[in-house]
Amino acid sequence: MIRTKTVKRPELNLWEKLYFPEVFRGVLLTSKHFFKNLTLHAFHAIGLFRKIAAAVTIQYPEQLWKLPGRSRTRHRLTKREDGSPRCVACMMCETVCPARCIYIVAEEHPDPNIEKRPKSFDIDLGKCVYCGFCVEACPEDAIRMDTKILDIAAYSREEMKLDMNELLNPTIAKAISAKP
Amino acid sequence: MTHLVIQAVLAATVLFFVFNLAALHTWMERKQSALMQDRIGANRAWIVFPRWLAPLNWLLRSFNVLGLFHPIADAIKMFTKEDYIPPKGDKFLHTLAPCLSLFFALVGFAAIPFGNTIEVGGHVINLQVANINVALLYIFAVASMGVYGVVLAGFSSNNNYAVLGGLRASSQMLSYEIAIGLTVMGIVMIYGSLNLQELVRAQGHYLFGWLPLWGFVVQPIGFLLFIAAGIAETKRIPYDAPEGESEIIGYFVEYSGMKFGMFYFTDYLETIMIASLATTLFFGGWQVPYLTQAGFQFPWGAAFALAPLTVSILQILSFVMKVLFFCWLFMAIRWTLPRFRYDQLLKLGWHYMFPLALANVFITALILLMVPK
Repeated sequence: MIRTKTVKRPELNLWEKLYFPEVFRGVLLTSKHFFKNLTLHAFHAIGLFRKIAAAVTIQYPEQLWKLPGRSRTRHRLTKREDGSPRCVACMMCETVCPARCIYIVAEEHPDPNIEKRPKSFDIDLGKCVYCGFCVEACPEDAIRMDTKILDIAAYSREEMKLDMNELLNPTIAKAISAKP
Repeated sequence: MTHLVIQAVLAATVLFFVFNLAALHTWMERKQSALMQDRIGANRAWIVFPRWLAPLNWLLRSFNVLGLFHPIADAIKMFTKEDYIPPKGDKFLHTLAPCLSLFFALVGFAAIPFGNTIEVGGHVINLQVANINVALLYIFAVASMGVYGVVLAGFSSNNNYAVLGGLRASSQMLSYEIAIGLTVMGIVMIYGSLNLQELVRAQGHYLFGWLPLWGFVVQPIGFLLFIAAGIAETKRIPYDAPEGESEIIGYFVEYSGMKFGMFYFTDYLETIMIASLATTLFFGGWQVPYLTQAGFQFPWGAAFALAPLTVSILQILSFVMKVLFFCWLFMAIRWTLPRFRYDQLLKLGWHYMFPLALANVFITALILLMVPK
């Protein structure tokens, strides 16, 4: 036996069925917002009450949203004290990457204590799914996703690729090139 | 000859203001909706000159920040877009339809009085483009002609959705024409004239010596019904079943570029038309409370003499303010309410508004018969 639950829909009373009072209430609510925001905007224009926001809008390119501390953003490669990459080219990140967007070419490290170093380290951001597995997998804390760079855009697939230099210096945020 | 020149100047002034107000409605629509929803609204269409014209930039800055150039950007977009006529549609009617809509929306403004008579250089000028003694009938006749543009747009597009939209529009407009015609009957009965200038003058009297005898004081139900039916005439939300931009698509699906812009413009013109009609019929037109041709005369005895020109300017300002208030109100209603379903819309028109308006006319007639003049 299937038990059914009858959901009682709210019945409108006569006052609500008259429609006009409810319309009036609705317009009153929205115009309350209108006049509150209008006054606030007017005050902002003359430099008063800047602390109270008149709108929830974030004016994007000029004004950026404050990201949560743990949000995963564009990758970077961390450096040793001498400035060389910490990466030892163990290929863990390349192996774990579900999108297969990491391409590492390894070479021998001059320091005999370190086995390998990356000759090239490319990430194709066009493929990356920002899962953060590479960061989890790295045994050397060599790759992190904490640059807070989110505005990644380009006009071609080639421009979406990052090389080792760009990954080591996240301040070189790639500018979107002019339309080809 | 001078008479013709005066009429031409009046007509040009009214057209200028109406066109600009309609264009500003796009700005109002964006900004008012934004403020009502705690947003900022469109503010990215900037006009910025090179550095050597810096003072000009400084002057333009507030316009830029307020987004006042968006109407211009809209116009540029509309005019430069491809003007597409469906290959199997009727070319002539397809072009004619938006012109008809715009034309009939515009000619109605001729009969709206926006001020009392003024005297300039020995000429007595009636601040009304055409002083028609059946102005109210004229306006409703012209407004109901507007449905032709809509229906033709639907038929000439050779698109089933457009035809359905046109049919929805025609039945809605016909239904609400009847309601709107009946709601103003009470006003006509009380003030005893179809001439809008006379109607406004008649609203200059006072009840009990202090309450302005404006339309909404003597016809509150008529006023509410007029506003409700008037918004239906403008085909805007909550009565936008003919258009239904986002999902049920209406009669102007097959229109692009400035022809679509003309339909869009017609909506705004009709909103202004209904706003000015509501002002004229129910809010005393250009009347300012306690302002006579000689100046203010308050019911408690105080008086304040004013020059005739100042009085005229105050009256015109009063008319403009009232129209702007109604435009604001219609915009607030448009951004507050959801759309009526089509059957609800017709039911509201025929089952509630029409009988209520009829009852209003009967009750007004009874009261008029009982109350001695």
